[in-house]
Amino acid sequence: MSRLALVNIAVLGLLIGGALVAHLTGHAFLVTLATKAAIFALAGVGLNFALGYGGLVSFGHAAFFGIGGYVTGILASHAMSGTPLTTLPYTMNGTNEMLAIWPMVLLVSGLAALAIGALSLRTSGVYFIMVTLAFAQMIYWFAIGWPAYGGEDGLSFYVRNTFPGVPTMRPLNYFLICTALLLLALGFTAVVMRARFGLALQAARRNTQRTVAVGIRPFGIRLTAFVISAMITGLAGSLYADLNRFVSPAMLNWHMSGEIMVFIILGGVGRLMGPVAGAVVFVTMEHLLGGITEYWQVLLGLVLLAIVLWAPGGIVGMLSGRGRDNAH
Amino acid sequence: MRTDPILEIRGLRKSFGALIATDDVSLTLMPGEIHALIGPNGAGKSTLIKQIVGELSADGGEVRFEGQRIDSLDAAARARLGLARSFQVSSVIPDFTVLQNVCLAVQGGSGRSYGFLRPVLSDPALTEPARFHIQQAGLDGREDFAAAALSHGERRKLEVAMALALRPRAFLLDEPMAGMGTEGAGQLVALLSDLRSEAPILLVEHDMDAVFRLADRISVLVYGRIIATGTVDEIRGNPEVRRSYLGEEA
Amino acid sequence: MLIFEQLLNGLQYGMTLFLMAAGLTLVFGVMGLINLAHGSLYMIGAFACAVVAAATGSFWLGVAASLAAAAAAGALMELLVIRRLYRRDHLDQVLATFALILIFSEGTRWLFGSFPLYLTLPPSLSGTVTLPGGLVYPVFRFAVIVLGLAIAGGLFWLMRGTRLGIRIRAGEADREMIGALGVDISKLYTVVFALGAALAGLAGALVGAVQSVQVGMGEPVLILAFVVVVIGGIGSIGGALVSAILVGMTDSLGKALLPGMLAQVMPQAAANTLGASLASMSVYILMAVVLVWRPTGLFGARA
Repeated sequence: MSRLALVNIAVLGLLIGGALVAHLTGHAFLVTLATKAAIFALAGVGLNFALGYGGLVSFGHAAFFGIGGYVTGILASHAMSGTPLTTLPYTMNGTNEMLAIWPMVLLVSGLAALAIGALSLRTSGVYFIMVTLAFAQMIYWFAIGWPAYGGEDGLSFYVRNTFPGVPTMRPLNYFLICTALLLLALGFTAVVMRARFGLALQAARRNTQRTVAVGIRPFGIRLTAFVISAMITGLAGSLYADLNRFVSPAMLNWHMSGEIMVFIILGGVGRLMGPVAGAVVFVTMEHLLGGITEYWQVLLGLVLLAIVLWAPGGIVGMLSGRGRDNAH
Repeated sequence: MRTDPILEIRGLRKSFGALIATDDVSLTLMPGEIHALIGPNGAGKSTLIKQIVGELSADGGEVRFEGQRIDSLDAAARARLGLARSFQVSSVIPDFTVLQNVCLAVQGGSGRSYGFLRPVLSDPALTEPARFHIQQAGLDGREDFAAAALSHGERRKLEVAMALALRPRAFLLDEPMAGMGTEGAGQLVALLSDLRSEAPILLVEHDMDAVFRLADRISVLVYGRIIATGTVDEIRGNPEVRRSYLGEEA
Repeated sequence: MLIFEQLLNGLQYGMTLFLMAAGLTLVFGVMGLINLAHGSLYMIGAFACAVVAAATGSFWLGVAASLAAAAAAGALMELLVIRRLYRRDHLDQVLATFALILIFSEGTRWLFGSFPLYLTLPPSLSGTVTLPGGLVYPVFRFAVIVLGLAIAGGLFWLMRGTRLGIRIRAGEADREMIGALGVDISKLYTVVFALGAALAGLAGALVGAVQSVQVGMGEPVLILAFVVVVIGGIGSIGGALVSAILVGMTDSLGKALLPGMLAQVMPQAAANTLGASLASMSVYILMAVVLVWRPTGLFGARA
């Protein structure tokens, strides 16, 4: 077994094993912390799909994280109050079932990504970074100014949504739901990146001109990757909303976009397990350093700076003894 | 015997501001031939290639491929019609293996890149033609090497394999001999000569030795204009060509 | 008359954005670097102004301090971190400068706390001025417009008419060439970076004087400055000026007019909130429209 595979297994083992140990020793809070790490990892897996494999440096993925959260919050709050979302053209009611909410989340974040991606992908390089940032900011301001769902104060829905046969309020149960989705997303990414689509996406990142010269149009490939990436991150947003039973414009803020990127960089760009390692380290740092000083983000900044300047392969890169670039 | 040209360019024009890069250029590529395009640096050869493959849009004139106008098609669509090109500086996907690079080309030519589940390397529809073309280009045994680890000459062969994978109706080769040592150059000339049986070649080249050995016809491009087209002997004997191009080389 | 006043407000806002965007677009154009920490330099300028003005009682010394502190912080940032990033890809630049934001913001919070500081304008700037046509307008806002235009003029002169400008433009065109010409490129980069930083610091001081000085104040402005740079075209000072004014106008007129227009079709309270958020969105809609039309901005080089 390669060193990279060992590192990958160790990362997942740390997350899942850590949560199980915390549960068995009665540290429910730590289980919730692991759940947060799993959700952030899922958001990172989503962004990594476009950024790591496709080279699309989206600085606006908070938009999809937030959209996932708001779709969840809105559906749940309507289910709670018993009022329909809309009566035109036909009556549409809220729901508090995760299995009904998730498809809706995937649909809405996918559609938003289709629109944002179609416009942003007309540009490249620095323009793409700034344009995706700006579109996310646009949605952020819209959420703040839209009074129906809490505006600046956000929207609470008190009870976690339900999953058939599983009491979701128990921390370990919810952790397992989130981790199952994370594993699904990881598996999906691994499969897609070995298939035709993944080959074309990675080729377009490394050498666009060559990719065109063999008859592949990068635009459609990239747009598809952007949409899939947004759907995964949107799903993470939905889980995050359910974790806190609360959504607010902070989920849409550009700091969130930056943090999702940070998960990837801490872990290692374009590596399957990069976002998982990054999210685990991020949440751990937040918890440990945050306990020491409220200014822990200074330390986060220094660590991040050090990794960008001296260890561009991230944690997975360091541990597996390889620099940046994809290991298939 | 009269045959229709595979590739026909009529009155192609392109200027960048005051600089006229392509000035009313017409040329044809006939089935089975190697047509060399020569000219001094800055004559507009690369600009012409870019217009033919669709990376640059022409200001005027037309490009016909197998009788059909392709001016409005983008570069990817032209590649799928079978217009295969190589680049002045070797252009492959460096961190893909040789096999992955050629599979990419097979996949591109097939027009089906939206497969999400089946692994490329266990899809015989991709790997079988890819292995065949790798062998054709003389790279067998190198399938699992990363393209970045290949020698310069091997990378040239990989580009040829990728071009072959497009099931080309015409090759556009932009200075394939550039940077090749003597021995490598000999091998490559032999490979290009074999390629002719697959499809005709429009060959942009500075290596006059290779051009004179390979070409059936030669066109000379100077300051964006074609000043002469003819057989090797005709071009060698053309006083204007000698003065404006070959004379300088001698 | 209300419209005219709003146009002036838009122009004034545009000028502040221009001061921010000028540095960003120069650094993009010359060094090919995306610098998120530009907003931190804005914040540093504002804090320097507030602290020095409070200590000395002179707003003018505060403004001078904002220029000096931001330029110094900029030069230091360039020497320690930024110059390691020129050859990196944009992703590394985004992350490293994002890290700088975390360090600067939390560091400032540690030094000054989370409570906002306030600046008092000197009497000479706190009155109103009567403009031709009878419009009464705050002196300070008017001064910002004049100052912004003067700085824009100065930058044009710098770029077109001085040796430094010629070197900067040569560096934009061809990095290796100016190295070959014997220009010390790393010194040039430090100077350009510090110049952009000083302008951002000045913008921070000017905005801090009418709003408040607090941690995180640079972030909304930074993102709008990005929008300005994208609309104007990366590397173009002229483009930044035109698009800063366009963005400033769109924002001000949107905020002033949209609530009233929406109130025709919905209750006033709802119209106010929706109008305000639509006005904030209008700038981004403007950007989307420009990009559909010209993907490299109004004055950007064609890709």
